[in-house]
Amino acid sequence: MRAIGIRRIIDPLPIYTMWLREMKRFLRVKARVVGSLLMPLFFLAFLGLPMSFMPARQIPGLEGIGYLDFLAPGIVGMTLLFAGTMSGASVIWDKEFGFLKEVLVAPVSRFSVILGRSLGGMTTAIIQALVIVGIAVAMGVTLSSVPGFLLAIVIMILTCATFTGFGLIIATKLGNLEGFMAIMNLIVFPIFFLSGALFPVQSMPSWLRYIMYVDPLTYGVDGLRGTLIGISAFPLWLDFTVLLILCLALATLGSYFFSKMEAD
Amino acid sequence: MNSVIETENLTKEFDGLVAVDHITLNVGKGEVFGFLGPNGAGKTTAVKMLCTILNPTSGAAKVCGHDIVRQRDEVRECIGIVFQDKAIDTFLTGKENLDFHARMYHLDRKTREARVTEVLDLLDLKGKENMRISECSGGTQRRFEVARGFLNHPKVLFLDEPTLGLDVQARRNLWDYIKMLNEKEGITIILTTHYMEEADYLCHRVAIIDHGRIVAMDTPEKLKRTVGLNLISLQIAQDSSGSLVDALKQLGWIKKVEPRDGSLELSIDGGEEKIPELIDFADSRGLVISSVKLYKPSLEDTFLHYTGKTIREQEGSVMEIWKAWMRRSGGRR
Repeated sequence: MRAIGIRRIIDPLPIYTMWLREMKRFLRVKARVVGSLLMPLFFLAFLGLPMSFMPARQIPGLEGIGYLDFLAPGIVGMTLLFAGTMSGASVIWDKEFGFLKEVLVAPVSRFSVILGRSLGGMTTAIIQALVIVGIAVAMGVTLSSVPGFLLAIVIMILTCATFTGFGLIIATKLGNLEGFMAIMNLIVFPIFFLSGALFPVQSMPSWLRYIMYVDPLTYGVDGLRGTLIGISAFPLWLDFTVLLILCLALATLGSYFFSKMEAD
Repeated sequence: MNSVIETENLTKEFDGLVAVDHITLNVGKGEVFGFLGPNGAGKTTAVKMLCTILNPTSGAAKVCGHDIVRQRDEVRECIGIVFQDKAIDTFLTGKENLDFHARMYHLDRKTREARVTEVLDLLDLKGKENMRISECSGGTQRRFEVARGFLNHPKVLFLDEPTLGLDVQARRNLWDYIKMLNEKEGITIILTTHYMEEADYLCHRVAIIDHGRIVAMDTPEKLKRTVGLNLISLQIAQDSSGSLVDALKQLGWIKKVEPRDGSLELSIDGGEEKIPELIDFADSRGLVISSVKLYKPSLEDTFLHYTGKTIREQEGSVMEIWKAWMRRSGGRR
């Protein structure tokens, strides 16, 4: 009927199709859209606002800015962490509910499948992150500059890709739904708390600082803070480089595991 | 040349457990071929290998002339699959699911739209295409899956337990659609089932599979005939069975006569057409038959014959077969 010459590793139509599916699924479940925004909103409103009333100006890393300004990029980072990891890990859902099978027997390269799917998940994650930025601005956070904001989007993409790859690795290695949420929380929450999203890295003792340096989200949050607010613990190039390497490594590993995963 | 599926000693082991054991078969173009077997017999595993989801441990198979291991993508191009478990995105509508599938199979926009309309029409899904799958009934969901399965013009459609979990009506309904697809579109259909009636109703040929092995493979008709003869139960108004039994035994087509509870049980070589003959025969002797009943062996009996214990052990005794029948038909109704 149709001749499809060489099977391409990168196959635009299926990639687009997978992307579209993620978007449709995201937008269709209104409760999920709202739910995914509530948690970051609570952090900003119930942690950020009250804390900003406290005199904390002398803490290193917080000089001259309100706590809410400090927290907002951290919460954007948190949104990306949760949404990215979930996007990668939800492969397990597709597998459990059989949908994946149908995709995996289609004459499409696995890489295209996972690329499209991940791009879809990342798109929704970044939309959520941008909404959080909007909410933060509405609450009184001032952004540093327009180029900074654009750079922040680049950091968002890198952060999100890193955690999508990470989620994918967990999902493909774990293989089933049992204990899935527990394990997710066990891994994701420490990553969030130790990322410097809630408190500045600089003001921590060195042993804790070293732990935080190992946390990928530390660089994501710091990069976002540097680009959005204009203060950061590390130079921007460092955040960028670390994230780029991490995201390439994790995304490659994740899609490799996915391609090796059994369809059944 | 005409074989759509050829397997040779196809085998799959899981950690030493042989799930599919040296299966060799040929399925011709346009055929409806069924794997009939109990749960865990290896039907699904066999189909999964043919669909390139699992790799065989040993042996080889070709689907549409392509090797299932070395030419996976070519095989995938020419097959459609309806999985045993639901494998449809319940958040999307039926049409979106079909669209999705068509895109994954690289159908261009025009072909896609035409084809989606066509299959919706064919399976009477018009008007339901914009419902979300989660809102459709089980039968409709299944029909969408079947529609999706043959969307890409497959040469072979695999149906893994297609009517599992459907009510009687939805099942009948789906059978007719499957039949229609085979007749109208000329698709070769491979189906697995553990419902006898399904295999009997749909399949041109059936392979009875047990413990991974094909124990019998033929048309349902022939398979049924291998089990044994039809049975006629006869009641005579008068009490003169003694002489009648001897006389009946003289008839060539009556293989066995056994009196039981005031009636006679005859194993006969033939079917309904023998009943008038029997009545005439009784008439000529001045006897009146008050009731006649014909029992034909079902595929289920064949199945038990090949896989199980019951029928084979008790082959000798008509009484036992009779009892087994009564038990089963009693249990069914």
